[in-house]
Amino acid sequence: MTAFAPGRILKREKSVIPGFGITFGLTVTWLGLIVLIPLAGLFIKTFELSLDEFLAILTSSRVLNALKISFGISFLAAVTNAVLGSIVVWVLVRYDFPGRRIFDAIVDIPFALPTAVAGIALTTLYAENGWIGQFLAPLGIKVSYTPLGIYVALVFIGLPFIVRTVQPVLEDLDGELEEAASSLGAARWQVIFKVIVPAVLPALLTGFALAFARAVGEYGSVIFIAGNLPNVSEILPLLIVIRLEEFRYADATAIAVIMLLISFVLLFAINQLQRWTDTRVGR
Amino acid sequence: MGHVMTSVSATILEAEFAAQASVIPRPVRTEPAPVRWALITIALSFLSLFIVLPLISVFQQAFSRGWEVYVAALVEPDAWHAIQLTLTASAISLVLNVAFGLVAAWSIAKFEFRGKGFLLTLIDLPFSVSPVVVGLVFVLLFGAQGFFGYWFIDNGYKIIFALPGIVLATVFVTFPFVARELIPLMQEQGTAEEEAAITLGASGWQTFLKVTLPNIKWALLYGVLLCNARAMGEFGAVSVVSGHIRGETNTMPLHVEILYNEYQFAAAFAVASLLALLALVTLILKSILEYRLAEDHKR
Repeated sequence: MTAFAPGRILKREKSVIPGFGITFGLTVTWLGLIVLIPLAGLFIKTFELSLDEFLAILTSSRVLNALKISFGISFLAAVTNAVLGSIVVWVLVRYDFPGRRIFDAIVDIPFALPTAVAGIALTTLYAENGWIGQFLAPLGIKVSYTPLGIYVALVFIGLPFIVRTVQPVLEDLDGELEEAASSLGAARWQVIFKVIVPAVLPALLTGFALAFARAVGEYGSVIFIAGNLPNVSEILPLLIVIRLEEFRYADATAIAVIMLLISFVLLFAINQLQRWTDTRVGR
Repeated sequence: MGHVMTSVSATILEAEFAAQASVIPRPVRTEPAPVRWALITIALSFLSLFIVLPLISVFQQAFSRGWEVYVAALVEPDAWHAIQLTLTASAISLVLNVAFGLVAAWSIAKFEFRGKGFLLTLIDLPFSVSPVVVGLVFVLLFGAQGFFGYWFIDNGYKIIFALPGIVLATVFVTFPFVARELIPLMQEQGTAEEEAAITLGASGWQTFLKVTLPNIKWALLYGVLLCNARAMGEFGAVSVVSGHIRGETNTMPLHVEILYNEYQFAAAFAVASLLALLALVTLILKSILEYRLAEDHKR
């Protein structure tokens, strides 16, 4: 079945459609001017630093703490989104209830709402006199101006990544397998964990990686709610801004290069995961 | 290429499955009612508490001091300037991204060449770069200390702390939006219609305007919609390159930040409510367009 496929795809006919040269050229030029050359500039700037200087910046305690805070809280938020997002997807795809379509549309709000707006809204909600904060304050839980606030903001912005990545896969999932498993005597929980979870796992991991990558780079929604205390609630992107405002360009650049390298690794992982998802569901 | 191969064989598999599906009776595929209701409750409480409540609170805070304060916050000259700057910057970014999206989609979807997957990854790259890093990158290039900074400043061009910088940062951040909507659809639609038009004597432009464009108009609008929402709301990247000059380089999200930091909460939320309204309109239009797009993908 696959034997004829490579031949069919490799056979390249001379296309009658015009415009390849000009459109391809413009695409690469524009991509280079807007994205690639500016990013290359960042790396070139790093070479003005010696390796020792570079390492000294990255191993300073404030940077290390910001790394820990950014990656640690982003990870926790992405895990929370994976769990709660899975429940949301399941409910939206499998059950019918009044208002389902509206709740489905609501999932995209974090994509559409500007991050600064989300930031001030969440801060106000979770402040000690806010709608939610007033119930948490008597319990001794402070959210706004603490690391917990960063977590809340990152859960907010990450949710749609999980839902929108897993949703199409769960919708396309062939009912045959579930039915076969249940008619062979599997309990419902067995069907879920041995049939459905393995099928949606690649999509779930992709969504997790997307939410995580977005959370690490997030700035607007976090800075309002975080309190921005160095070594406690200061995220990496904020540290870049602070160094830039102090005209310490070398420090800002070194931190940015590390963030960029990590996001390249994440992008690569996401690409591989997406390929895995595509082969799993046969799209 | 491996990806295309698997999808070819998978389509055949799917067809076989579909043929069998009509024969086998369907057992129940759901959970007991209490489990169902428990899950629905968890999901809806989470969405209401985490997503809906923040949105409602924006409007509640905006009107907390009454209509007059609300209107005053919006017609105030700095706010008005911020609104104009946001509209200008996102309009320019939209035009550039639509042009790039169409050009890139034409070359990628209508032709086969080596390295296409790599090119697609590069187009996606801006999605995974932190907005703050985007801002920093342009400051390093065009700032006073930057590679090209002196040349531009000596020749009287202001890029950083001015409109060009804001546009550059916005274009970078929204770079993939239009292209990523057009490419998959144009790939699905194939080249048969264009080939027919060319063979019958149409020019490349005629083919694009009369054959391709009508086929992709909804996807194009969808890309424009998402691109616009992100462009108007962009905060991190624009914040770094704009310099926060009040009444000059402040966009709406930056103006919200300034007002908020000055404890003018009602005014900050008033400007924020306009952005929230934009988000709501975007979501409604998006739902409508998604329906149209599903039709296009089916064809």
